[in-house]
Amino acid sequence: MTFHRTRFVIAALVLALVGGTAAAQALKVAVYGGYFQDSFDAHIFPRFTEETGIAVESIAAPTGMAWLVQLETAARAGQAPADVSMMSQGPLQRGMTSDLWVALDEERLPNVEFVRPALVNRDAQGRLVGVGAVSWFVTLVTNTDTYPTAPTSWAELWGDHRNSLGLLALPENSFLLEITAATFFGGTEILDTEEGILQVVDKLTELQPNVQLWYRDEGQFQQALQSGEIPMGQYYHDVTGIAADEGFPVRSTFPAEGGVLDSGSWAVTRASSMVDEAHVFIDWFSQPEIQDLVARSIGTAPTVEREYLTLSDEEFAFVSDAGDPIVPRYDMYLERGDWLNQVWAERVTR
Amino acid sequence: MSTRPAASLAPMDTGASDHRGDGPWPHALLAWPTLALTLLFVVPLGIIAALGFFRRIQAGFFEVAFVTDNYARALDAFHLERLAVSVVLALVATLATLVVAVPFTFLLTRRPRARQVPYLVLVLASLSLSEVIVAFAWSLLLSRTSGISNLLVSLGLMDAAASWSPGLWAVLLAYVFIALPLAILSLYPTFSRLDQELPEAAGTMGAAPLVGFVTVVLPLVQRAVAATGALVFIFVLGAYVIPQTLGRPAQWTIPVHITDQAIMKNHLPLAASLAIVLLVASSLIALAIVAIGSGRLPRIALPGRAR
Repeated sequence: MTFHRTRFVIAALVLALVGGTAAAQALKVAVYGGYFQDSFDAHIFPRFTEETGIAVESIAAPTGMAWLVQLETAARAGQAPADVSMMSQGPLQRGMTSDLWVALDEERLPNVEFVRPALVNRDAQGRLVGVGAVSWFVTLVTNTDTYPTAPTSWAELWGDHRNSLGLLALPENSFLLEITAATFFGGTEILDTEEGILQVVDKLTELQPNVQLWYRDEGQFQQALQSGEIPMGQYYHDVTGIAADEGFPVRSTFPAEGGVLDSGSWAVTRASSMVDEAHVFIDWFSQPEIQDLVARSIGTAPTVEREYLTLSDEEFAFVSDAGDPIVPRYDMYLERGDWLNQVWAERVTR
Repeated sequence: MSTRPAASLAPMDTGASDHRGDGPWPHALLAWPTLALTLLFVVPLGIIAALGFFRRIQAGFFEVAFVTDNYARALDAFHLERLAVSVVLALVATLATLVVAVPFTFLLTRRPRARQVPYLVLVLASLSLSEVIVAFAWSLLLSRTSGISNLLVSLGLMDAAASWSPGLWAVLLAYVFIALPLAILSLYPTFSRLDQELPEAAGTMGAAPLVGFVTVVLPLVQRAVAATGALVFIFVLGAYVIPQTLGRPAQWTIPVHITDQAIMKNHLPLAASLAIVLLVASSLIALAIVAIGSGRLPRIALPGRAR
């Protein structure tokens, strides 16, 4: 018995070593787990491996802030749970402050010239640390059985819809301050000062009786929206469109004030040992034809300027909106995040 | 050892029995759990307590320092109110769990062994459900579109389907649901050792079953009930998926806010100090529950029955 066990242990060790070596050769790319990861595994990563010979291991990342904490803690221990991560703009900037990201070599990224300037992310010293990967919109979503006509404005959230809304629970992922400012205060400039922010918070607290669910888990709200349990709220344009395609009675509307435009950028953790391969991946992904592929297969908005793309008007309208979007005030969260979170917890989610 | 009656007896004893306990092996065996406890419990707890004193960098992560801001914030009016809400919710859930679990376990242990087994298997099986599954299952069961209220409507007991989640009752219900199997398993050994003849004797002497249960059985098991209460209280107080998923903001407990700070807001020092405050508060209350249980329950005077 001892003999068998010893043999088994040796076999397991050998397997682990072989497996470990094979995994070390693959570039680990983190994207949001679930729909994003499934789509990237099906449509994007195989093509990258085919064209460059670099194997990719996809890593399921949780929400941006949670992933940032994991990357940060791991980097302090010299570990890289992923080499390249898709980071939303807020966590990306926090990572810059703590020097989490590798400064990218622009010489090796010729395709970055196609990327929208706002998504060529530079740190305080002007070093390139992030390159736009995909953009997504947070829009006004409704259940079509409950609301046969589509709403036209974010102001509908303040309408006569008691206990009917599902809203994201935190300031930094709901962007409700920006939405309220754009809808009732003529733009997000009012969020420049604390007095202005408090005015917006006052307006925002007026919709409390309408809120049935302050959600952190997307699945929980999507299920409730599809069943009509919670017939209105804010959600992601891409996944709502896919649910509608699958026959669920839901719709995503770009309100007159615009959808909220947020984006994910590729960034490389300083603990990565595959910085060369990471450059190849980021440059490959920034090609307009790959951006076309991503928009068509995943339903996210491209990060490359429209003029370089081959998307038809119809295809473009499916993933984006011709009007001006509401752009999140990332600076506000960096400057006053803790104060804002306190005001939010004490007044908005009561 | 100190209560040994006479020193003069000691020399005779030690030769035979005490030597056995002094060999190197028992110490070595004890060293392992001590080491494990230190490495896996004391050290991480110390790190968390220290993390609470580190300086938060708003736009970044944190740096090693000694500041008291985080503990001050963890003890401000907002978080103390949340702590009070968390404790009251957990106490109500603990009481509700005991009210169901104590009679259930008592009646279960009165049955023949073979009949107890299926119930125990069911209880053990429900213990394997994670908090996440329980929370999501109840959010569906309590929903307007697919929940239990539709069943009641079809039975003619309700006029229209209703949404019972999120809200206070949904949170309490799910708390009791996850705590019940734990409480039953913790009460079971004491109740099954209970002398069957005692409640029977009380009955022979004229006590109604309920009177016999309250005046004879409960005083015998009060320590076990209190220990179970402390266990359930701590278990429920630490839950965060249930209040987050099934609760409105009014029911968001300290664990929900710890999760938000640690995961969504990147504020580990505040999360750590909130965790320490919660740990201290819950330990004190659990100790108080056990202390109350060890004292004798006040004797209940019941009107005497005709003999």
